[in-house]
Amino acid sequence: MTAATTQTATTLDPQAMTGAQVVIQALVEQGVEVIFGYPGGAVLPLYDALFQQDRIRHVLVRHEQAAVHAAEGYARSTGKVGVVLVTSGPGATNAVTGLTDALMDSVPVVCLTGQVPTHMIGNDAFQEADTVGITRPCTKHNYLVKRAEDLAQVIHEAFHVARSGRPGPVVIDLPKNIQMAKAPYKGRDEVRHRTYHPKVEPDAARIEEAAELLAGAQRPIFYVGGGVVNAGPKACAMLTELVRATGYPITLTLMGLGAYPASDPQFIGMLGMHGTFEANMAMHDCDVMICIGARFDDRVTGRLDGFSPRSKKIHVDIDPSSINKNVAVDVPIVGDAEKTIAALMAAWQRRSNAVSREKIEPWWAQIREWQAKDSFRFRQDGRIIKPQTVIRRLWEATRERDVYVTTDVGQHQMWAAQHFRFDKPLRWMTSGGLGTMGYGFPAALGVQIAHPDATVLCISGDASFLMNMQEMSTAMQYRLPVKTFILNNSYMGMVRQWQDFFHGSRHAESYMDSLPDFVKLAEAFGAVGLRAETVDQLDAVIESALRADKPVIADIVVERAENVYPMIPGGAAHNEIKLSPEDEGRHEAISEEGMVLV
Amino acid sequence: MKLPEEERRHTIVVLVDNEPGVLARVIGLFSGRGYNIESLTVAVVDKERGLSRINIVTSGTEFVIEQIKALLAKLVPVHRVQDLTVEGPHVERELALVKVSGDRERLIQALRLADFMHARLVDSMPGSFVFEVTGTSDELDAFIALIEPVEVSRAGVVAIGRGDTILMPDAARV
Repeated sequence: MTAATTQTATTLDPQAMTGAQVVIQALVEQGVEVIFGYPGGAVLPLYDALFQQDRIRHVLVRHEQAAVHAAEGYARSTGKVGVVLVTSGPGATNAVTGLTDALMDSVPVVCLTGQVPTHMIGNDAFQEADTVGITRPCTKHNYLVKRAEDLAQVIHEAFHVARSGRPGPVVIDLPKNIQMAKAPYKGRDEVRHRTYHPKVEPDAARIEEAAELLAGAQRPIFYVGGGVVNAGPKACAMLTELVRATGYPITLTLMGLGAYPASDPQFIGMLGMHGTFEANMAMHDCDVMICIGARFDDRVTGRLDGFSPRSKKIHVDIDPSSINKNVAVDVPIVGDAEKTIAALMAAWQRRSNAVSREKIEPWWAQIREWQAKDSFRFRQDGRIIKPQTVIRRLWEATRERDVYVTTDVGQHQMWAAQHFRFDKPLRWMTSGGLGTMGYGFPAALGVQIAHPDATVLCISGDASFLMNMQEMSTAMQYRLPVKTFILNNSYMGMVRQWQDFFHGSRHAESYMDSLPDFVKLAEAFGAVGLRAETVDQLDAVIESALRADKPVIADIVVERAENVYPMIPGGAAHNEIKLSPEDEGRHEAISEEGMVLV
Repeated sequence: MKLPEEERRHTIVVLVDNEPGVLARVIGLFSGRGYNIESLTVAVVDKERGLSRINIVTSGTEFVIEQIKALLAKLVPVHRVQDLTVEGPHVERELALVKVSGDRERLIQALRLADFMHARLVDSMPGSFVFEVTGTSDELDAFIALIEPVEVSRAGVVAIGRGDTILMPDAARV
């Protein structure tokens, strides 16, 4: 029994607890410190129980979608489970986008939803929705608690499911009468999980096979994703050791940034649609690829039949259904990243004497040749601010700080991924799988709640920011000094980029007319509003923003026509990457098949 | 490695907790990804432990089938997944109720066919008979094709491994 339960045992008689008290007690025992939520009729007993305790803090958001994103930001910057509390009906349906986001990006979230009383379920009662039905495909698992005696068991199990294996969101639907009924408490240790036991220990024979392939490689590459970040800082440190022990190049996915230090010379940049030339070419030409905690997503692979055609592939993942889903691999390894990396390290060390570093020298020479293209290059000339300049300056200005970065979705997100460099895990929060505009700002609030003294940057766009700007009110209420930098080009930039490339530059509905004055918007909430319109104003704006002890919206007016390069167009292979607008020859080659891809 | 293209029919059995929504989870997994269900049966097999057994017949390439099994195994209320088509010899049976109607001569002809194909007459009314027939899906197809019924109700495939192939050895009867 933990200290927390002992303490409650003396304050609360376990025989005389209400359902709502059982929920709170179970959350406390699970180590929950903060809940992001929004009250409503069907969760009033839970809010009443929250009011009468002081162990869990509640953060009132202004929209339920933001509650889930805030919980995601909290979870992804700490490695803990994020917790959400919303009411029935619209409270639950508003949370659906956040839940889907958490599912796609494997973020551990437990979302408590209110429900109408059990005897009214199915009657089209006020604010009733079939929450378990609606959220079944967008959660890792969900529960409808129909008996008060199941409550404690369900809550403990939900946390176990959310955080173990491949993490994900879990919904617990709580009818109001269950919250009010007398309910027995059951401690975390008394709960037995009947079925859910993900495999974490890698198969020893497969490890040997993988180590053998790695040792014999002439053109190897590590391809690492968010799974290693999810496995924790220790797994990331062990990965770094393993990669250094081999001397092999490593590329990271969008979700994996920070799993390996960006400043290390063996890191050859992010891969994928907007990744570096060298990472994508190395993926294409390698002879042995080891993928750890990534899922061969279409943004990464490009055209599947042109994906790394001559390599032997090793795939390490905790989720067996991620293996052989898009790409057939030669050595599948199901297991926890930390345990698997440790086993690979041991297997490597037994062979390391036999492996000469010289054999991969030609490979590194080839990579250096690709690197010489400097594929993220851009020219800041004239007074108009280039969006890439903003990211570079932000990175430089915060290098000495304890900094966390969230983004929204679109061009600014890709520029942030390209030009902000992360040396540590859990510092980079972005909506990768679902691509949810409106993710960044509420996620930043969750990060700031978890790390009150850190510098939290939200890099956003003019269109994305408008999607959850109501959370400025939350930021003010809890004094969360999140620094939002809007790369304002008056467009949904990525939509416009695709229209430029694939739809004859016809900018159908991608122009953001009638944008607000973001400086006045900030001031209307009582926050700090700043603007930079020319490059000479940029550094002063960044400096004032970082100095402010309040939420900041910095409206950075950037070059409108800028597009993100490099780019692997839809339906193209890695070696068909487009490096700049001058690369017109390849521009024409987009197949009809490629056009249908998103 | 190349993905094999050839589609094959697989019989997969799944042992699940008998709880509300479990069937919806299983079906949602197929419909959400565009996988095919040819037949699906579900029934409680252990009341004490609250366990149900689902028999699924599906078809797909080897990689789709691997996906289906991995996704089924990932569902929280799932105890065991077994691909009988891969894991060894097994027995498959299906039951159908088949209604034939017509004049006396037609019914007598149906009765003869039924006798020959080991179907049982389970209901007789003036002008119509209902037969019960059990067998493999192919045997049922053959019977139905021959007897030209007016209505057919099929139960779907149930399957079980032969000999030592046991779905969950520590839980008897399932």
